[in-house]
Amino acid sequence: MGDLKLNYEVDGGDLIQAGEASSKMKMTLKKLGLPPEVIRRASICMYEGEINMVIHADGGQVEVDVGMDTITIRLTDHGPGIPDVDQAMEEGFSTAGDVARDLGFGAGMGLPNMKRCSDDMQIDTQVGVGTTVTMKIHIN
Amino acid sequence: MDLFEIRDILNATVLCGEEYLDREVRSACASDFMSDVLAYVKDQALLLTGMVNPQVVRTAEMMDMKCIIFVRGKMPGEDILELAREREIVVMRSEMRMFIACGLLYSRGLAGE
Ligand SMILES: Nc1ncnc2c1ncn2[C@@H]1O[C@H](COP(=O)(O)OP(=O)(O)OP(=O)(O)O)[C@@H](O)[C@H]1O
Ligand SMILES: [Mg+2]
Repeated sequence: MGDLKLNYEVDGGDLIQAGEASSKMKMTLKKLGLPPEVIRRASICMYEGEINMVIHADGGQVEVDVGMDTITIRLTDHGPGIPDVDQAMEEGFSTAGDVARDLGFGAGMGLPNMKRCSDDMQIDTQVGVGTTVTMKIHIN
Repeated sequence: MDLFEIRDILNATVLCGEEYLDREVRSACASDFMSDVLAYVKDQALLLTGMVNPQVVRTAEMMDMKCIIFVRGKMPGEDILELAREREIVVMRSEMRMFIACGLLYSRGLAGE
């Protein structure tokens, strides 16, 4: 049996509604009967990434690949890119504006949390072109 | 401690999920910052917050939390309650301030792991 592939569009205009894609993915993973801890880690990774896409990059696409032993989540946007990835990975570093802060985001915790909750995380980014974040979560 | 007891301690009004008040919780998280909830919560099934927007429900959903309590008399809109209903998350509101609500729950035995 091949891997299950899920695709989502994330609308950049609406921070209030953001999280819809993560919610759908979570429901699908639950139906597949994966271990709750794996589902939770995957959900946190995707949700943080989805919120980042909306706050920092005007939306994008998410591809999720559920294989026999690994879940791969790839978030792609065509936003401003990240000029200094090491700095962005530091806890507490944030360029989020008031709209994000008013909703309870913008503490500079998302990327470090995604790293912690995944088994592997790669950030490919180019200023003015966009950002792709790829995370792998092992199922066992 | 079950959600019936928590409702009574906080003198809270249940806004949705009345049918799930027999759920047991052992620990809680109190924050207005969803970033913190996402980064620090482990198995706390109860979220106390003064922040009112749909991302609170989304965050609780991602963290497998069972109940959200809006403190300081905050009143969530129908959109928030609808989202919580779909996800079988209990929502309550209490007039108490965060510090008092947490103190009461802690002193009654909701001390965490
Ligand atoms: N997809 C992205 N496109 C452009 N910049 C990004 C992207 N994701 C993150 N960044 C940059 O990296 C910084 C750190 O991201 P991180 O998710 O850790 O924190 P945050 O989103 O600012 O706050 P929090 O995640 O705590 O709500 C952001 O403030 C932003 O400058
Ligand atoms: Mg973030």
